[in-house]
Amino acid sequence: MKSFVFLFVGTFFGIVMYKSEAASWFRIYEMFRFQSIHMYGLMGSALLIGILLVQFIKSTKMRDAQGNVIAIPNKEKSIKRYLIGGIVFGLGWALAGACPGPMYVLAGTGYLPMLVVILGAVIGTWIYGLVAKKKLPT
Amino acid sequence: MHWILAPWPWYVSGPLIAFTMFLLLYMGKTFGMSSNLRTICTLLGAGKTARLFRFDWKSQRWNLLVMVGAAIGGFLASHYLSIHQAPKINEKTVQDLQKMGFESAGKTYVPTELYGSQVFSSPKMVAILFIGGLLVGFGSRYAGGCTSGHSISGISNLQLPSLIATIGFFIGGLIMVHFIFPYLFSL
Repeated sequence: MKSFVFLFVGTFFGIVMYKSEAASWFRIYEMFRFQSIHMYGLMGSALLIGILLVQFIKSTKMRDAQGNVIAIPNKEKSIKRYLIGGIVFGLGWALAGACPGPMYVLAGTGYLPMLVVILGAVIGTWIYGLVAKKKLPT
Repeated sequence: MHWILAPWPWYVSGPLIAFTMFLLLYMGKTFGMSSNLRTICTLLGAGKTARLFRFDWKSQRWNLLVMVGAAIGGFLASHYLSIHQAPKINEKTVQDLQKMGFESAGKTYVPTELYGSQVFSSPKMVAILFIGGLLVGFGSRYAGGCTSGHSISGISNLQLPSLIATIGFFIGGLIMVHFIFPYLFSL
């Protein structure tokens, strides 16, 4: 039953990603050329509602489906890793035109070349695991 | 039904993305898609090579289900909830892209030049897709999250690190589009 719920949430998310065109390479390109409000409006309205929802969850000490108070972990403090990692991610996001959510969405849609991107992303994650902590500024 | 088949405006989709995050929080989880890449590495045996991958993948089973769901959602949306959806991007963007050799700009959902099945016969295009993926995978783990984990979840929770990461995403994207694309796609 619980598995079904997660599958359902994912399906809902996938439909939203496709229909909103956040999964379109063209929309990502257009965003980085500042030639449309579309992606900014999409992220902006998601954030506006997101911030309100999280504040509501915190101020009411809302409980999750299991009855535990919802606790959202804070991110570790650092600047370097977020900035450098973020830039590396952004380079790939613009090049492939897909971030990790839309990758799966487009693979499901039937764009087989997306499997090359996913393979790259898995290997990229693996490489990070191999060099992390030892050789990278954090 | 017409409004479902048409492209969804950003002011509808944006709140629905926030709602996705809310559903996952309500289920006692968090919204973060790039974590699945780490789990896939673990499933492939990466635990033998690096500590990052030594964890019980079953604790992330729910997220793999979200990932599979996302693929199902993409299938349903494109085959049953759309009539040949092609983003109506800015006319100026279309012209710029056509100059760069993207004839499909304005006509297809993603560029045929990169995502049509003929790319498998172009080593250059396959390399572009692979490197794009590599950077996304490496960068998202280094930054500790991607657009869902940082730009949506993190900033919604007013986390400064997530704002820094998102600024990084944009710096990287702007560098790629403005300074590297002219070399990659010039005719």
